Amino acid sequence: MGRWLARRLAQAALTFVVVVLLLFVLMRLAPGDPLSRLQDGSQMSPEEIAWTRQLYQLDRPMGAQLLAFVQGIGRGELGSSIAYGLPVTTIIRQRLPATLLLGGTVLLLNFTLGLWLGVRQAVRRGSREDRWLTALSLAGYATPSFWLGLVLAWAVGVKLRWLPTGGMTSPLLSPDAGFATVAIDIGAHLILPALTLSAVTIAGTMRFQRGAMLEVLRLPYIVTARAKGVRESAVTWHHAWRNALFPVVTLFGLWLPLLVTGSVFVEAVFAWPGLGSLAAGAVGARDYPLLMGTSLLAAGLVITANLLTDLAYSLLDPRVRSS
Amino acid sequence: MSGPGATVLAAWRDPRGRAGVLLLAVIAALALVGPTLLPDPAVQVDPVGGANLPPGTAHWFGTDALSRDVLARVVSGARVSLAVAVVAVALSVTLGAVVGLVSGYFGGVVDGALMRTVDAALAIPRLFLLLLVLAAAERLALPVLILVIGTTGWFGTARLVRGEVLRLREEAYVQAAEALGGARRRIIFRHLLPNTLGPLLVAATLGIGDVILLEAGLSFLGLGVQPPTPSWGGMILDAKPVLVAAPWAGIFPGLAIVITVLSANLFGDALRDAVDPRGA
Amino acid sequence: MSRVLDVENLRVSFPAPSGGRFLAVDGISFTLDRGETLALVGESGCGKSLTSLALLQLVPAPGRIEAGSAIRLGDTDVLSLKGEALRRIRGRRIGMIFQDPMTSLNPVFTVGDQIAEGIRAHFPVSRSEARDRSLRLLQEVGIPDAPSRLHAYPHQLSGGMRQRVMIAIALAAEPEILVADEPTTALDVTVQAQILEVLDRLRASHGMAVLLITHDLGIVAGRADRVAVMYAGQIVEEAPTARLFASPSHPYTQGLFASVPRITGPLHRLTPIGGSVPPPSAWPAGCRFRPRCPKAFERSETMPPLLPVGPEHRMRCWLAEEPGGS
Repeated sequence: MGRWLARRLAQAALTFVVVVLLLFVLMRLAPGDPLSRLQDGSQMSPEEIAWTRQLYQLDRPMGAQLLAFVQGIGRGELGSSIAYGLPVTTIIRQRLPATLLLGGTVLLLNFTLGLWLGVRQAVRRGSREDRWLTALSLAGYATPSFWLGLVLAWAVGVKLRWLPTGGMTSPLLSPDAGFATVAIDIGAHLILPALTLSAVTIAGTMRFQRGAMLEVLRLPYIVTARAKGVRESAVTWHHAWRNALFPVVTLFGLWLPLLVTGSVFVEAVFAWPGLGSLAAGAVGARDYPLLMGTSLLAAGLVITANLLTDLAYSLLDPRVRSS
Repeated sequence: MSGPGATVLAAWRDPRGRAGVLLLAVIAALALVGPTLLPDPAVQVDPVGGANLPPGTAHWFGTDALSRDVLARVVSGARVSLAVAVVAVALSVTLGAVVGLVSGYFGGVVDGALMRTVDAALAIPRLFLLLLVLAAAERLALPVLILVIGTTGWFGTARLVRGEVLRLREEAYVQAAEALGGARRRIIFRHLLPNTLGPLLVAATLGIGDVILLEAGLSFLGLGVQPPTPSWGGMILDAKPVLVAAPWAGIFPGLAIVITVLSANLFGDALRDAVDPRGA
Repeated sequence: MSRVLDVENLRVSFPAPSGGRFLAVDGISFTLDRGETLALVGESGCGKSLTSLALLQLVPAPGRIEAGSAIRLGDTDVLSLKGEALRRIRGRRIGMIFQDPMTSLNPVFTVGDQIAEGIRAHFPVSRSEARDRSLRLLQEVGIPDAPSRLHAYPHQLSGGMRQRVMIAIALAAEPEILVADEPTTALDVTVQAQILEVLDRLRASHGMAVLLITHDLGIVAGRADRVAVMYAGQIVEEAPTARLFASPSHPYTQGLFASVPRITGPLHRLTPIGGSVPPPSAWPAGCRFRPRCPKAFERSETMPPLLPVGPEHRMRCWLAEEPGGS
């Protein structure tokens, strides 16, 4: 087990290194010096420009640039944002909580409601409920998140005026409002974006879980469990679901990065101040350091999530452990 | 071509698959023929009083803020979105197949290097990759946009094909062909490639839905298809400021996206069940 | 009082590919008394496994037990039970052993847990008490080093061990009837004998009635009190074991015996039964064995009922009424 872990860690590290190389290459795609083109519109002070330039070694040959870049990452420095004039790491840290909140809520919804519905569908396979849920989830899957967000914003926010449609907090809130008030305010703002993102993503979770359960439910050991006199709920959840978890663990691993990258589109539509809307805005401003920083973060998360998924697999399945 | 042909036939027999294909055919037909039958989408019918008209007999889908007929725009948008999706996916699938075949068959250092690159590329969310590339370039011309989308979508397919090739190599008939001294190229084209066509077809069909959503999103952010070329995402972007006054200008293009992606997914699912019938 | 199981006119139907339903089990009737062993013999596809599953209402959808069937466990009408009442008899009145122990055991739980689960499903005992009982069961089925095997996972055990575990699970709730569905088919020949020996021993010590389902005539001799031969969803011959082996009367049974190679006696050519078992869609009207029967005649075109051939010996063949017999 220890040896396997070491091997997987080495693999992950190697992938990360390749990611860094790839991003470096992509950044160099832009003709000319990425910084020189935007000096007029940017917010960076001459010192910050110089610092970023030095960080990326833009006036030195490619090899030195790469080295400096890598060293910078090692130090935790990702340069300065061209549009904001602040260190990229600072900006990311500022916007991270909002994204975590949105992503976390969506993840929670998906992996409670989504899994439960998927199991229900499998157990009641072929029933009207199953067919309706399948149809709904297929439609959800095909829906553009930004469009759904707009429709919901229009219907619920504007027509019905039930919920706010922009930002994370109400600008009218007094600065020394109590914690509960702030929490409720944020919560109200969270509902529409979380609902939107959940609606288009829960479809995938449900289908995955349903499929995995169906495969397990037809296996002989399920019959054995029933023949022993095990209660049907225990057959479903204790025997079947436990074995249907594996694809779901993979799915969870695929989604963990969503926790941080948020949804670019949903955040843009609802002006949710997270990393997604940050990235969307950065494109127009040609803010390479910012885009690089967020991409690196996202990639790092994906790699970590994959590693955790593999780890979880080995813990869940005793057969993997012994091999 | 009995393998993939049989797969498509099986998908056709599946009621969901048939619905998907038929819908797609209708949409494609509309996209091809529609613009000639409908009024010119760029024409502003009546700049003064004809803007933001609700759906009615004259304009089935109403008009937008620039008094353009929404139905006409949706149909021409179909052309663009479908074209982008089909070409980009064709590019991705081809690239992925080639890399997957080479990697799986030749193995060794080539395989290692290619797969590590694929792993890294897969680690970066596709959207972020696109944003990075789009930040580097100015507003992209349509062909370049298609190229960019296509070249960011082959990684998963490469892994898939490689997996298939590794599996097929263990099959008796491939080992027999090798033992008989078959030329490598012949083995690849005669034995390996046809058997990967099934999963490739599935990946391609499902990929079309993904690309439509991706392109629509990029156009919504102003980064994808550039005006005056109509696109569904762009229409929704245009409709955003007047959403309260004229919701139909934004709702119909969105519905068009949903229906198109849904049909592609229905067909893709049916294909997938035909290739690997589990969990239907 | 001594009759523990009474199955009458059991019919199990499945949807036919062309619409409608066909009967995979077509009117099976048999009884089981305390302490006796009945062997249900037949080739694959004859419906014997479905029969055993029906006893506990475990027939997989879209199959279903047709109305008009009756299954009685002592005073209990099994087919009228639902929900909790049905659950209570599963494992407690009838214990089942399935064919392939590798796929019949849950791979993610230890063997001990799976046995204990069977115990706690029916007896209100503590976890530690259940664990003790599981340990005793493991020892009873002859698993060496039982205390450490309790914590083993199914994939860590050999095929023979896994089958012993299945037997332990089947006995966990102390049922009065044991149904063994092809208990040795998935095992190596040497291991088969061991498992059968375990079954024999336990049957004697627990005084259970046993329904032994198999396609192997060899394991029936000396082990079963009575035999029922199945073909195409029906019982075609039933008799006490000795009588069946001495004078098999139905042409199908005769064919079965003739196709078994013998070590003793003069060498003779094996005579397999011509043709193959027809699928339900190809079942002929009248006697279902007719297309393959060397003794078919005009009366075979009508479905024969079970007719007496000797003491406690019946067969589904018109030849029973013909002078000269079969």
